Amino acid sequence: MIISIASGKGGTGKTTVSTNLALSIDQEVQLLDCDVEEPNSHLFINPVIDKKEQVIAPVPKIDLEKCTFCKKCMDICRYGAIAVLKKDVLTFENLCHSCGGCFEVCPENAVIEKERSLGEIEHGTARGISFIHGRLEVGQVMAPPIIKKVRSYTDPNRVTIIDAPPGTSCPVIAAMNNADFILLVTEPTPFGLHDLKLAVETVRILDIPHGLVINRAGLGNDDVKHYAQKEHLPILMEIPFDKKIARIYSKGQMVVDKLPEYKVKFQDLFRKIEQLVEKGGQNK
Amino acid sequence: MRELVILSGKGGTGKTSITAAFASLAENRVFCDADVDAADLHLILKPDFKFSSEFKGGNEAVIKPDECTQCGRCLEVCRFDAVKFDADTNTFEVDTIECEGCGVCVDLCPEQAIDFPEVVCGQWYISETRLGPMVHARLGIAQENSGKLVALVRQEARKIAKDKNLDLILTDGPPGIGCPVIASIGQATALLIIAEPTVSGIHDMERVGQLSRHFNIPAMVCINKYDLNPDQTKKIETLARESDIAVVGKISFDQTFTESMIQAKTIFEYNEDSQASIEVRQVWDNILSRPEFKNPVTNNIMQHL
Repeated sequence: MIISIASGKGGTGKTTVSTNLALSIDQEVQLLDCDVEEPNSHLFINPVIDKKEQVIAPVPKIDLEKCTFCKKCMDICRYGAIAVLKKDVLTFENLCHSCGGCFEVCPENAVIEKERSLGEIEHGTARGISFIHGRLEVGQVMAPPIIKKVRSYTDPNRVTIIDAPPGTSCPVIAAMNNADFILLVTEPTPFGLHDLKLAVETVRILDIPHGLVINRAGLGNDDVKHYAQKEHLPILMEIPFDKKIARIYSKGQMVVDKLPEYKVKFQDLFRKIEQLVEKGGQNK
Repeated sequence: MRELVILSGKGGTGKTSITAAFASLAENRVFCDADVDAADLHLILKPDFKFSSEFKGGNEAVIKPDECTQCGRCLEVCRFDAVKFDADTNTFEVDTIECEGCGVCVDLCPEQAIDFPEVVCGQWYISETRLGPMVHARLGIAQENSGKLVALVRQEARKIAKDKNLDLILTDGPPGIGCPVIASIGQATALLIIAEPTVSGIHDMERVGQLSRHFNIPAMVCINKYDLNPDQTKKIETLARESDIAVVGKISFDQTFTESMIQAKTIFEYNEDSQASIEVRQVWDNILSRPEFKNPVTNNIMQHL
């Protein structure tokens, strides 16, 4: 079973829920941190890393000996990453989306695949959990290929928990697509509600069963609850607004370690998710 | 003309609340919400929409079933696994969520059986607010090209600043360090990183700091909720000093931010005597007196998009 933990708004508690849930379940668990722009899960579960790999994307390099300057590569590229001049060809790696069009279309085989590094992936273990995360290289823009690569290691024999990035665009979709359940984490504030609505729209497009965790409950107002009721979004857990929890988090500690009563609450959350997945979701 | 871009790396550290607070203090300015994915600044500034336009950010491949001969060439050339073959019906179809809009299948289909319509990826707006003009946008759900939309709203904000003779653009940036963030910092005068004193806040602040150095844009740091963890606050101050980033102030963990947000007000409109208001005012004065902001160096980095 794949559970993707998402939010729309950043900083609502995705990582807190992902890591604490992962540590509470009495089954084999795999935690995939797919917030590759700002991965944080490792700071809380402190995995021992045993394997690293680069994520690379092919970009074009032109063999000027073979090139006849026919411009077919430039014409097929929608990203302006190739400029064919009279006697030279310029390529702009940062604009390239690695679609492969230039390799396909060159009649002279003059476009060679060169590797560009987008980031890296680390594999490890922490307290019995299998852990993998990706990290986008600073200055690079393409997060989805790294997310897809992390997800390619999904182990069907384990419960897979995905810590997704914030937002609603391509990286979020890459972290949610084909999950069995999406757990949305929000906070009861106007910003939290506004971005939750966007996240719910996203989940509905993907047509995946989903439910809600309200973090910092008691902080703002009841509008999130009213919205959840109206939209038949099941509220599966509430974590109260408590400076004690904020301080635990600030030190990189786990809530379930410092406040053991939460372990049962996260187990209960997991049971509710299992039930909803079995039913095919409350919202279908 | 100067532009201050407010970033954080990590989400939820207070970018938008602090940008809105600055809105009450800044003069001669235009506001720009560059978090087009999950824009929130309008919830406080309550804009009066004056102009709205569609954002066409790209194209999408659509296979015409009547003209398709099931040769499978599109599936073979697509590097994004967006072409799906249904063996039961013997049909090929493009999954619009996976489609990158590269058009390779369109160009290489031997039957020219693939259409490539432009897609509306979002909306963008020019508005008036009680505190000044604002440019903002909404990226369509599950759409691509947030970077292009960010570049567009910033360009429009620049135009307004020029037309109305305003000398400051206040830009509320997106979280992360990827595509939309890079689109939001090119040619900025300076970045203000809102950091929180938590292990993840520090980790993410460091990554934004690296990004600012990578693109050679000056950065400053403001520590929000600094009293949550004094040790981590000290750590941020040390790290900032080591990387030549000025700490322009510290703001308390103050619920005034949430209370004013609920009333759709800036913290100054809600309670100008609150602890947070006093501290934010100090931060703003410090930013205005920083040399990198007072005497900006023209920055012509290449747009990486």
